[in-house]
Amino acid sequence: MSARRLWRFHGGLKLDARTARTATRPIGTVPLPARLILPLSQHVGQPAEPVVAVGERVLKGQPIARPSGYIAAKVHASSSGTVVEIADHSVPHPSGLAAACIVIETDGLDETWHGYEPLPAYDTLSAPDLRARVRAAGVVGLGGAAFPTAVKLGAGSGMKMLILNGAECEPYICCDELLMRERPEEVLTGAQVLMQALEISRCVVAIERDMPLARQSLEAAIKAAGETRIEVVSVPAIYPEGGERQLIKVLTGEEVPARGVPPDIGYLCQNVGTAAAVARAVVQGEPLISRIVTVTGDGIVAPQNLEVRLGTPVADLVRACGGYTDEAAYLLMGGAMMGFPLADDTLPVIKGMNCIVAASRQEIRPRAPSMPCIRCGECAEACPAQLLPQQLYWHTRAGELDHLDEYHLFDCIECGCCDVACPSQLPLTQYFRYAKTELWARDRDRARADLARERFEARQTRIEAEQEARRRRLEEKTRAADHARDDVEARKAMIDETLERVQARRTQEASDEQDPGR
Amino acid sequence: MISAVIVIAGLATLFGLALGFAAVRFRTEGDPVTDRIDALLPQTQCGQCSFAGCRPYAEAIAAGKADINRCPPGGEATIHALADLLERDPKPLDPESGELKPRTVAIIDEPLCIGCTLCIQACPVDAILGAGKQMHTVIASECTGCELCVAPCPVDCITMVGEPVTLKTWKWPRPADVPLPAERR
Repeated sequence: MSARRLWRFHGGLKLDARTARTATRPIGTVPLPARLILPLSQHVGQPAEPVVAVGERVLKGQPIARPSGYIAAKVHASSSGTVVEIADHSVPHPSGLAAACIVIETDGLDETWHGYEPLPAYDTLSAPDLRARVRAAGVVGLGGAAFPTAVKLGAGSGMKMLILNGAECEPYICCDELLMRERPEEVLTGAQVLMQALEISRCVVAIERDMPLARQSLEAAIKAAGETRIEVVSVPAIYPEGGERQLIKVLTGEEVPARGVPPDIGYLCQNVGTAAAVARAVVQGEPLISRIVTVTGDGIVAPQNLEVRLGTPVADLVRACGGYTDEAAYLLMGGAMMGFPLADDTLPVIKGMNCIVAASRQEIRPRAPSMPCIRCGECAEACPAQLLPQQLYWHTRAGELDHLDEYHLFDCIECGCCDVACPSQLPLTQYFRYAKTELWARDRDRARADLARERFEARQTRIEAEQEARRRRLEEKTRAADHARDDVEARKAMIDETLERVQARRTQEASDEQDPGR
Repeated sequence: MISAVIVIAGLATLFGLALGFAAVRFRTEGDPVTDRIDALLPQTQCGQCSFAGCRPYAEAIAAGKADINRCPPGGEATIHALADLLERDPKPLDPESGELKPRTVAIIDEPLCIGCTLCIQACPVDAILGAGKQMHTVIASECTGCELCVAPCPVDCITMVGEPVTLKTWKWPRPADVPLPAERR
C-alpha cells in the first residue's frame, strides 16, 4: 500500500455495494442484433448531423454522423449493414422523448471499415494530432456524463496530474471494475496516450478499496510495462466519490472552484473506461462503437457485465443475461442513485449508458410519503458539494428561482445524497433538477426576448426614417406650391398649366364618347 | 450673526455647485425605470396590452398610465416580476387583455400563399421573409408568436403551432409540494 495521504470530502454516504452477483462473472457478449438504433445525440452538446443517406450500405466503424459544433461527437456504425431509416425514435433520456436516430439493418457480416490508421507509435505524435484522433473516433466520457473527450483534452498542457477515475461508487455499477480486472493493458495504454495528449508526466488511478482484484490486476500490468509515471491509489468507498470534484478533493485536498472545472486547479479527470476507449481509438484505430454495460438487479436471472455494440436494444442485453425474473418491476438506466427509469426495453444502448438495473419492488422501495421539512439540516450534512439543500428547497418551492444562484444551485451534482438523508423523504434532487431546467428555459426566453427587442427597435427606427422621408418630400412640394403663390407670374403659369391639363382630358373624353367603339 | 449667515450661504453655494456638477457629470440617458420594466416584458410585441409593443407598454407603466397585469404572453411570472420591481401587489391577469396560453410560432402554408405582403407589414419583428407576388415564409427562430400576422392574411394560410419539446428544451417536472403544517387544517 502506498503511504499516500488522502483527504475526505464533505458529506456523502456509505452505501453497500450490490455488485456481488455481477462482479464474479466475466465480461460477456451480446449477439449481433437485427437492427441497430443509433441516436444522433448521445453526448453533451449539439446533436450530430447524418452523413449517410437511407439505403446506403455502411461498414462497422464507418462514420455515419459528424459533429455539428465544437461540443459534439461523431457517431459510427457499430456493425455493417444498410441504413434503413433516419427518423425520430424514443431515446434513453429522463424525458422519454423521441429524437433523431439512424437505424441500421445489420447484414451479419460485421465487415470492418479501415478509415482510421492504427497509431501504435503514439508517443511520437503531438498533442493536437492525438486530440484530433480522439475527436474523430467519437470518444466521450463513458462514466455516464458523455462529455466529448477531445473537448476535455483541449484544456491544454502544463497540468499537474491526470486522474483516472476508477472509483465506481454507485452501488450497482461494476463495469469499470471488470474492465480493470480483465483488460488492464487497455487502461494502462489509455493512461499513457492521455498523458502524451496532455503533456503530463504524472497519473493517478483511483480505485475504491472494495475492488482489490482490479487494483492487483492493474498494478501487475503497470509493473510488467515498467511504467513509473502511473500510481494506483486505493480510496475509501464513499458515495459519491466517483464525482470528479469529490475524487480530486480526496486525492489532493484541493477544491475545484464553484462553476469552475478541474483544469482550473491543474487536474484532469477521465474515467478508466474512457481511457480504454482512447487507447483503442489511437492504437488500433477503432472508433467508439461499443462499451461495457452492467446488467443487474433482482429482476435479472444472471446479472453480468456485457460488451455491447452501441445501438443494441436493451432487451437483447437482458436476454443475454438469461432474461427477467418474476420479480422484475422497474427498469433503470444508470445506477440506483443517479439513474432514471426507462419506459421499455426497446430503447438502444448509448455511449453514456453504464448500467441497466431491472429492480424488484423490494430493491427499490417506493418512497414513503413526503412529510414537511423540519429544517433539521441533515441534507446539508450529507451534501458533497457543501450546499444548503434546505434553502434551495424552500426557495424553489416558493418559486423564488432568482435566489437559487446565491445558494449555488448549479454546483449541485444531483447525486441524491440529500434525498437519502432527508428524514421527511422530500424529493429534493427532483426539485433541484426542475429548478435547473426551469432556469435554463428562462435564460433561453430572455435571449429570445432580447433578440425580439432588438428586431422590434430596428423596425421602429426604419419605419420612423421612412415616415420622416415621406414627410420631407411632402413638405418640399408644399413649399414649392407656397413659393409659387407669392409669385404672380409663376402662379399664372401654374393655373394655365392646370387648365391646359383639364382641357386636354375633356377633349380626350369627348372624343372617346363620340367613338366608343374605338 | 453676520458670520453665521456667511457660513450658511457659503455652504449653500458649495452644495449647490456640487449638486449642479453631479447632475451634469452623472447624467443618465433615458429613463432607467422604463428600461427595467422593458427588460422584464417578454418582447412578444403582440399589443394585447393595448399598446403598440412592449416598449410603449413599459413607458405607460412607468408613467402610471397602465396596470401591470396586461401582458398575457408574460403570464404570472411577468406580473410577479413587475410587482417586485415596482413594489406593488401582484394581481391576476386582466381578462380584457387576453388569456394565458403556451408559446406558439406562426407557420405559413406555403402553397396557399399569394404573396400579398400584408403579413410582412404586420410582423412587429420582421420575422417574415418574402416579396410581392413571391411566396412568404416565417423565420421560426425570430417569430415571437404574437399572432399579428394571422388576421391580415386574405387567404388564411397562417396558423399558429406549438413548439415541440426537444431533449434540449425539456424540463424536469416540478414535484408535488407537501402541504406545510400551517396550510393544513
